[in-house]
Amino acid sequence: MDVKAEIIAQFKQVAQEQDKRLAPLTDELALLNSGLDSLCFAIVVARLENSLGVDPFSDDEDARFPVTFGDFVRFYENAKG
Amino acid sequence: MQKANPITLWSSIIASGNLSKRVLVGVDAKATWGELVYGTLLDCPTDQFRGKCVLLATTDQFRASAALIQLDGMARRVVLFPPDVSLDHLAYVAKTAEADVLITDNAGTASARHGIGRVVMCGRSAVAPDADREEQLETEWILLTSGTTGQPKLAVHTLGSLADSAWETNPNAAATVWSTFYDMRRYGGLHIFLHAALTGTSLVVSSALEPVADFLARAGAHGVTHISGTPSHWRRALMSPWADRIAPGYIRMSGEIVDQAILNRVKAQFPQAKIEHTFASTEAGVGFNVSDGLMGFPPEILTRNPKIEMQIEDGTLKIRSTRTATRYLVAESPVLKDADGFVDTGDTVELRNGRYYFTGRRDGTINVGGFKVHPEEVEAVINRHPQVAMSLVKAKKSPITGSLVVADVVLNAAYTGSGPEALRDGILQFCSAELDAHKVPVTINIVPMLTIAESGKLVRRDA
Repeated sequence: MDVKAEIIAQFKQVAQEQDKRLAPLTDELALLNSGLDSLCFAIVVARLENSLGVDPFSDDEDARFPVTFGDFVRFYENAKG
Repeated sequence: MQKANPITLWSSIIASGNLSKRVLVGVDAKATWGELVYGTLLDCPTDQFRGKCVLLATTDQFRASAALIQLDGMARRVVLFPPDVSLDHLAYVAKTAEADVLITDNAGTASARHGIGRVVMCGRSAVAPDADREEQLETEWILLTSGTTGQPKLAVHTLGSLADSAWETNPNAAATVWSTFYDMRRYGGLHIFLHAALTGTSLVVSSALEPVADFLARAGAHGVTHISGTPSHWRRALMSPWADRIAPGYIRMSGEIVDQAILNRVKAQFPQAKIEHTFASTEAGVGFNVSDGLMGFPPEILTRNPKIEMQIEDGTLKIRSTRTATRYLVAESPVLKDADGFVDTGDTVELRNGRYYFTGRRDGTINVGGFKVHPEEVEAVINRHPQVAMSLVKAKKSPITGSLVVADVVLNAAYTGSGPEALRDGILQFCSAELDAHKVPVTINIVPMLTIAESGKLVRRDA
């Protein structure tokens, strides 16, 4: 499965469900400027755990949180190995 | 309660000194504590609130803070209505608290009135009050907590119970600038507001509508040295490129279970900061601080402070101290304290290898990013769906918000309609229309049956 495509799909899906306006998902986009709030991110992470089978936020307690959308995608790509 | 010359917020701020140097900073306003003590943002003289029950429902924290300084000791009762609580509850809260006056900074809230006799606007520019501050009352402070029925519960405090833990001497007060991600209408934020007010420090308050980036930039620009928030607040801050705008020397976490990951991540981002996590609740007050950098707490903490008696009974933490709320305002509400004066926090703990760890809530309450969700409230909505026979709402762990809400649903035996996907969507839409976003399940699992205990109640186990 294409990790980035799945992440983009989940961002769009959750934004729609939560009635949020999603910013264009460029690699440089700061996550906090994406239009999604904490609850949205929590839902995205839960759904990605189902679809990709990994939760890098929980798997490595010392890993720094991603800050940009590009970081977020790499966070998952690295976790998928 | 009439009391001869009680200690009030107003007189205590004056006694803490440094009035002209230290400031309260809001999102679009700033004043010295001296200006706030000797001026008012209210559209009428403060003595008109003498003996009244006041519902304080401003959107802005700065204005709420300024009003509170004037009202404590003057009003009989002040209800702190947080901006994240739906205005649908305002009429219920006003009636329950017997509010005479509504103070707001929002024209829409003012025009709706919500059954309250008088509305006073809380403007922005400071003007001198003409209040006679003799003959002061001991004001009841009412804080809202979530209730199982969806209506908030109203917990009664006084300045004495709220300030007991806040009132410590601070030899570095002049150099200290506090801030918090919390709103000061919530216990966690009010604690910091009072701490700053009474120990003589500056304070930078956030706004409900302010983006995290803007708040961090403001906090950094004002040289914040001490800052508090929930683990969820901190996770959000760490996902911000502006986290490095602040360089606090002290960080406090409270309001949710603190896990080791968030402690480690905050330490990595702010290696210079002393990091503590605090156990506190609206009803039980502040219990204890943990400063060893580890999640959970050592058993000796329970007996460290003789003024705060703590017990673990049936795996649940109970607290008796002068910091607890006195009662709930509604007679039908559950008892706040037992016969011995202990508040049952409802927080469950487990002893593992000589250390206690919080495991959740005995009643199954789910904490989603600092917001409590009562499973029964969500189940009641799901169960109203015509195709649903019964449901069980439970927590799923989240590395972002601590927990999320999920639901197991049993369909009516006679159900022969659309496929499970469409039905799940239908139930979710049903929930979204009725519930706040954090209460809506993120997953609906259709299951053949749910386990019922011999008591006839659903067996609750977290996901």
